[in-house]
Amino acid sequence: MEHWIIAPVLIPAMLAPLIVLWMRYDLVTQRVASILGMSALVVLAIVLMTSASMNPPEVYRLGNWEPPYGIVLVLDRLSALMLLLTSILGLVIVLYAIGSGWDKRGWHFHSLMQFQMMGINGAFLTGDAFNLFVFFEVLLIASYGLMIHGGGRARLKSGVQYVVYNLAGSTLFLFALGTIYATAGTLNMADLAVKVAQMPVEQTALIKVGAALLMVVFAVKAALVPLQFWLPATYTNAPGPVAALFAIMTKVGTYAIVRVYTLIFPITGTTGTLAHDILLPAAFLTLAIGMIGIFGARDLGRTVAYAVIGSVGTMMLGFAQFTQGATSAGLYYMVHSTLVAAAMFLIADLVRERRGRWGLGYTDAPLMKNHGLMAGMFFVGAIAMAGMPPLSGFLGKLMILDATRGQWALWATVLVTSLIAIVGYARAGSQVFWRSYAVEAEEDELPPGPKDASAPGLAFTATGILLAGSVALTVLAGPASNWLQGTAAQLFTPSQYIDAVLAGAEERAQEAAKVGAHEHGHMEVSEEMQAEDGHGGDTGVADPHAADGQPAGQTDTHSETGQDAPAAAH
Amino acid sequence: MEVLVASAIGVLTAAGIYMILRLRTFPVVVGMSLLSYAVNVFLFATGRLVINQPPILREGVTSYTDPIPQALVLTAIVISFGMTAVVVMLALGAFIEAGNDRIDLEQEEDGR
Repeated sequence: MEHWIIAPVLIPAMLAPLIVLWMRYDLVTQRVASILGMSALVVLAIVLMTSASMNPPEVYRLGNWEPPYGIVLVLDRLSALMLLLTSILGLVIVLYAIGSGWDKRGWHFHSLMQFQMMGINGAFLTGDAFNLFVFFEVLLIASYGLMIHGGGRARLKSGVQYVVYNLAGSTLFLFALGTIYATAGTLNMADLAVKVAQMPVEQTALIKVGAALLMVVFAVKAALVPLQFWLPATYTNAPGPVAALFAIMTKVGTYAIVRVYTLIFPITGTTGTLAHDILLPAAFLTLAIGMIGIFGARDLGRTVAYAVIGSVGTMMLGFAQFTQGATSAGLYYMVHSTLVAAAMFLIADLVRERRGRWGLGYTDAPLMKNHGLMAGMFFVGAIAMAGMPPLSGFLGKLMILDATRGQWALWATVLVTSLIAIVGYARAGSQVFWRSYAVEAEEDELPPGPKDASAPGLAFTATGILLAGSVALTVLAGPASNWLQGTAAQLFTPSQYIDAVLAGAEERAQEAAKVGAHEHGHMEVSEEMQAEDGHGGDTGVADPHAADGQPAGQTDTHSETGQDAPAAAH
Repeated sequence: MEVLVASAIGVLTAAGIYMILRLRTFPVVVGMSLLSYAVNVFLFATGRLVINQPPILREGVTSYTDPIPQALVLTAIVISFGMTAVVVMLALGAFIEAGNDRIDLEQEEDGR
């Protein structure tokens, strides 16, 4: 099982250059390769998810370096869930892009998609904070390419904004990581969790600064108010399928917040309720601004973009509680909102393609092709997104409200903003779909239909799959929420994660010692690293750990054994 | 030396932030580079400032400098360099398409 953990990163990483170099001029092979790659990722994600739900967190040590020195990938229930969600979304979006002909409108759509998958999967799997930064950059650089796919004035200009905003975010990420490394002397997440927990409370000022900076970085990615400004213009001007894919991008930020602030800076730890104090007001504002934005937007793309912001606010209200129940409710809502938001972006794109020069604006336009089908899909999607019964949005909001009983302000905000969203969607739907029946248009003025859709049926099917996902999430709400409660339980016992990464070094070292000479090189390295850790404090020159007044003799069990084992080998 | 490095980081950051708040793409790109210089020096300094020490512990070496920030900063330099190239290309593309190098969107582009 162990080596499969890296496959979700490796498969797209190898497929993407193959597509660029080998299948460059043949769109058909590109499409086949892309679909095969995405299907492989779905199968893999299902296998990994099965494994993660039966076992404690599994660890893959890259290059077999012992943590915390080497980089690790960690597969636990949360990362398995995110992998599955990403791969399903990826497959659907590739199908849509093929069906609607979007992949023909510029170069390298399919290879960029694969790179995007590589970055997102890596970000979900990694157990090292600096490696998280690297995967963030991989997914961002692919998203820059996808964002401007097809070109055009508005798209390029909002692309520049998007890139600059995210570059500033990345710089801040590095500042945060630097602060944390300077204080704790490690960037491995499990090791960080141990080190932060051992810090004396009166010396946590600097690590708190690091934690707060990290929160700002993740808030940029998750589009939390007041850092959401990049989202509406980007999502509105991005190609339809890419905007749908970006529905998972805000969840990367959300995932990082959940991971870091349950594992490294838990609410019961030395940094206190910092995360809760920042996140809760931000979540309220995000929800309010998102839902009011739905009401205020003047075109369908913007309506959906603001709905994404609103849904981030809703799930953050759950996550900001930092209780097991609210987190599992937040996770349910996150899965729901990813699927439905992506579906809504695809529907908006279908409408834009068929409405011709009227675009997505809320103006009177004549009837378009496939009018009824799109209106029906929009209706289903809007019900799910606004949180009306019977679909998954309603259940998700209900779970969040159930988990936050007694918080009247939260209940009031969620319910009032849902009402605003319903009114906003009703207005959008009646303007785009109903008013058309009353519009008289000349024969030659009718919308021309999609420009170069090679298989419009496929595009509709892809959109339908996402909506069906919401229905499935509703029908299977019982098992799904049970599974998610298990996930939340795992998140709130971080010792499981820490043990999986850091424990076992002892046994492995002894095993390696038994195996004998050919392992020698590796052991020598860890001895060297260990020696550095041990002597740095004595010299008083460079060891940051010693300088920050951590208690002496705080060496972890896993590293002590690193010294013993090579001796046995000799 | 600490004062020098710290004030260098501070000045670079301040200049970078001022530049990325400008309205045209060129100052913004320059500002991004200044910010990335600032963060690179900052990362480098997180292992504490040490002079004339080897970054690796060998036989007979009793004092050394922390090698990890040096590895981190290499990665950060490569990434920020690549990203600067991307943003320059994008800004050029936007300039050629739109005919101006303003970074903000006009009303109709913004969908409002």
